Amino acid sequence: MADKKLIEDILVLLSERCRFNSLSLSIELSIDHQKIVGAIKSLQSLGDIIKSEQNETKRLDLTREGQQMVEKGSHEAVVWKLIGEEGMDQSKLMKEFGDPSAAKVGFSKAMSQKWIEIDKTSKVVKRKVEAIEDEVQLLLHRISRMDLNEVNEQQKQELKKRKLIQEVIVKSYDIEKGVNFTLNVEKQETDITGEMIAKGSWKEKQFKDYNFDAMGIPPERGHLHPLLKVREQFRQIFLEMGFTEMPTNRFIESSFWNFDALFVPQKHPARDLQDTFYLSDPQTCNDVPVDYMERVKAVHSTGDFGSQGYQYDWKIEETKKNVLRTHTTAVSARMLYQLAQQCKGQAFKPAKLFSIDRVFRNETLDATHLAEFHQIEGVVADVGLTLGDLMGLIKEFFLKVGVKRLRFKPTYNPYTEPSMEVYSYHESLKKWVEIGNSGVFRPEMLLPMGLPPNVNALGFGLGLERPTMIKYGIDNIRDLCGHKIDLQMVYENPVCILENH
Amino acid sequence: MPTINVNRDLLFKLLDTHFTEEAFDELCFEFGIELDEVTSEKQMKAKEQGMDRSKGAAEDVIYRIEIPANRYDLLCIEGLVRALLIFLGKAQIPEYRAITPPKAQLQQLIVLPNTMQVRPYAVAAILRGIHFTQEIYDSFIDLQEKLHQNLCRKRTLVAIGAHDLDTVKGPFFYDARVPNDIKFRPLKQTKEYTATELMELYSTDDHLKPFLHIIKDSPVYPVIYDQNNVILSMPPIINGDHSKITLKTKNIFIEMTATDLYKAKLVLDTFVSMFSEYSEQKFTVESVEVTQSDTSRDLFPTLKYREETVSVDYFNKNLGISQTAQQINTLLKRMSLGSEVIDEQLLRVRIPPIRQDILHACDILEDVGIAYGYNNIEFTVPKTQTIGHQFFLNKVTDQLRYEISRCGYTEILTFSLCSRDDIGEKMRRKDSLSKAVHVANPKTFDFQVGRTSLLPGLLKTIYSNKQIPLPLKLFEISDVIFKDSNEEVGARNERYLSAIYYNKTPGFEIIHGLLDRILHVLEIPFSANKKGVGYFIRAANDPRFLSGRCAEVVVNDKVVGIMGVLHPQVITNFDLAQPCSALELSLQALITHDLNQ
Repeated sequence: MADKKLIEDILVLLSERCRFNSLSLSIELSIDHQKIVGAIKSLQSLGDIIKSEQNETKRLDLTREGQQMVEKGSHEAVVWKLIGEEGMDQSKLMKEFGDPSAAKVGFSKAMSQKWIEIDKTSKVVKRKVEAIEDEVQLLLHRISRMDLNEVNEQQKQELKKRKLIQEVIVKSYDIEKGVNFTLNVEKQETDITGEMIAKGSWKEKQFKDYNFDAMGIPPERGHLHPLLKVREQFRQIFLEMGFTEMPTNRFIESSFWNFDALFVPQKHPARDLQDTFYLSDPQTCNDVPVDYMERVKAVHSTGDFGSQGYQYDWKIEETKKNVLRTHTTAVSARMLYQLAQQCKGQAFKPAKLFSIDRVFRNETLDATHLAEFHQIEGVVADVGLTLGDLMGLIKEFFLKVGVKRLRFKPTYNPYTEPSMEVYSYHESLKKWVEIGNSGVFRPEMLLPMGLPPNVNALGFGLGLERPTMIKYGIDNIRDLCGHKIDLQMVYENPVCILENH
Repeated sequence: MPTINVNRDLLFKLLDTHFTEEAFDELCFEFGIELDEVTSEKQMKAKEQGMDRSKGAAEDVIYRIEIPANRYDLLCIEGLVRALLIFLGKAQIPEYRAITPPKAQLQQLIVLPNTMQVRPYAVAAILRGIHFTQEIYDSFIDLQEKLHQNLCRKRTLVAIGAHDLDTVKGPFFYDARVPNDIKFRPLKQTKEYTATELMELYSTDDHLKPFLHIIKDSPVYPVIYDQNNVILSMPPIINGDHSKITLKTKNIFIEMTATDLYKAKLVLDTFVSMFSEYSEQKFTVESVEVTQSDTSRDLFPTLKYREETVSVDYFNKNLGISQTAQQINTLLKRMSLGSEVIDEQLLRVRIPPIRQDILHACDILEDVGIAYGYNNIEFTVPKTQTIGHQFFLNKVTDQLRYEISRCGYTEILTFSLCSRDDIGEKMRRKDSLSKAVHVANPKTFDFQVGRTSLLPGLLKTIYSNKQIPLPLKLFEISDVIFKDSNEEVGARNERYLSAIYYNKTPGFEIIHGLLDRILHVLEIPFSANKKGVGYFIRAANDPRFLSGRCAEVVVNDKVVGIMGVLHPQVITNFDLAQPCSALELSLQALITHDLNQ
């Protein structure tokens, strides 16, 4: 903030004169022009107290050399003074003068003014006149006082040529009273302080205007991962629908639970090394429930529970091979098996289960495929469930994420029958797109577990990555998952609202 | 899912309907197949081999149709058209029959004991009076190819050979001989080769190379020859040129060799049924008597119809529809399943030999559902009443994610699989590798082991985000994997919580502050006297951290985590340049403690 006293002085002057120029005021008050400008700027920021208009004027300023001459006299005058009445040896004169180039100029100028003369043989310089009038000094002095009337154009040119003066452009302000002119300006406060509140002084204060067009300061913050924000929403939906979360924190599964329990034959392509990650350590699982395994073996190899089976030589070595689970349905199978164990000799207790967790496929990676991704899965087991129930359930589920038009296409899954792909109508693509998979778990899967024959289990699933990519407009899955994520994207990522509202 | 290419105009001609693309797509949707792509031979060739090579290729529209993986009867245009015509009510269900000729004309295939060493089973059948056109011939070859890929598991289980019966003379023998004792002129070659030479020849053949391993190391190779010792084929690799089928072939001898007799019967039934519509006597196949090496003698193909009795209630109650026996009978017929109404409650369904996907009544149920139309079934909400529960570990995880992000940290999500170096060498912790699970068949280094720590993922994330202004404050709560012989599968997940602070100064006190906050919100008090209930940190040595700048986190006298300034070598191993503090806790150990309280 500019000097408060100066601001007050300016206002007083303005009330007397109505109008003045900052530059002339600077000369009048002998105050540095920059200070005056500072004060004017402060006044400008206070609203319409003053009216100001900027203008540019040209001004002659002394150079450093010119300034020196105002104090000491021109070089030629200095030479004349140095010589004294007795005269002086030329080389001594040059030495005494100090600055050799200035001495040279002074000497030749004094010579051409005929102030001095030199004896050509002895090289002694003598005064030729008894007194001199240092016109250069006089002119420079006048210029320094802005007293330009007595300096003519030719003289100015001469001084410019000698680099004693230069032309500068000066910005100055013409000031007059503004609409809200007042003598009594309170300095505007940047903002209210605790002290003002305590003292009550805020009542008398004026506050500087805020710039409402500027952006605010970003809050200090952390961020949640976009995919996990979407995971949270789906998790929430299942909970709202009364589903219980399955403990899917087991990435390593035996082939038994990942495949055999699901009635996936041992020679099925999904079990190829090309598609599934097998483990070298620990290569095999330690145990499998023996009785149950025997029933699974029977239903695969010879057929049982009303099924023809696949009629092949089922091998225990194959079932014990550990894999990185290829679907969370491995955990669903464990949960259904548990349900079957609980209902031994008791009434069957219905269950609605869900999970959202990682699964692994030995895929070749590209913009839409990763070797590990998240699967969303829902399972309902109860007496008397129908295919219509499954479709109704899926409809309700997707309604919660804003998907309204659904239809179902017959498909094939090894462990569900009937099996249905879930399609939704994509409003902007104007076509039906697949959004999930579903089905009724096969009796060959449920009956060996020991579940009562009248119990049906409905299952449906979808990937978590794709809806997230659609929601947030991400084209490449690697920009979303894994360490190559762009943190700036995470920083700017909006909250996850999936439903239409 | 397998895909077949069919000529659109031929398809529509055979279906006797000119569909719009949209209408055909709709039919596919209803029936459970998928019109995957509309293309032409020219387009496909251009895509695979470049524009130049596609010149002159046919421009007829080709539909690429995706077939469910268990429907081998739809893998050729003959099967697909028949199924769709019946579905549309334009054709009757055929009856496939095997005809056994009089004893004198009955062809025989005799399996010799040597085959036990390599590929023990064989089956055979004859199609008589075929009139090949180019399209039928192509389809015939194509179906063999498709079956080889799918049901035959790339010829390991079953291999198909088809021969011009009129060029050879039965009985036929299936034997296995020493490779150098097999010599014949194979398809597409001009001279004879021994089997050894053939294996050499085909080792550079893209098409045949993938099958060589099936017999390569066997001391004897399978071979089929006729009574005059003319070699028909060397399964599962190549047929002889002598008996090759051509457009002029009328009578086809089909042999299949196998390691799985059941599968061989299925493949034979499927294959001959598909082309039996071209037989002189439509839908018939001539039987061949096969003597297996155990001297058991059977006629093939079996073409056996199976009957299943299913109640009307079963369909209605499982699908959520209410149809009469008669109505269901009609629905079944649209799906090529012959059936008869026994009474109001019961139906007898006749499953044809081509529907090997029908293993259980539920498969018949699905067909009724498809015929009824899934989308015509009323959508109902299950009446199942349950109360939902969160998995406790996930619940706490979610609460902590919020708490830590509120502290100014940004959540990341990295992969559970990583390279050995990521957890070992680069983290200066080679002993991690003995605790980790190892993947047997990773395609790249990035999937060699299950991670035992979240820190490498955090460091790699920083590396990918060097342009972001400092400081970087990141965290992840995810599962790591440890070997554990006490577990059923020999391994277990453990939920970890890791955070990292990356800036121009190490910021130990900053990461320490986060630790204090986390434990505070978990209601674990600070233990000033460093024993009993509560937490404290104490100096520790860990090669991942700078000496003297590392502490372990102790909760109730149990170490649950580690924190400190990362070792400069670790920083440079991950191509980073600034000092960095990190914290890693076992969330599971923390909340297990909590539960025990």
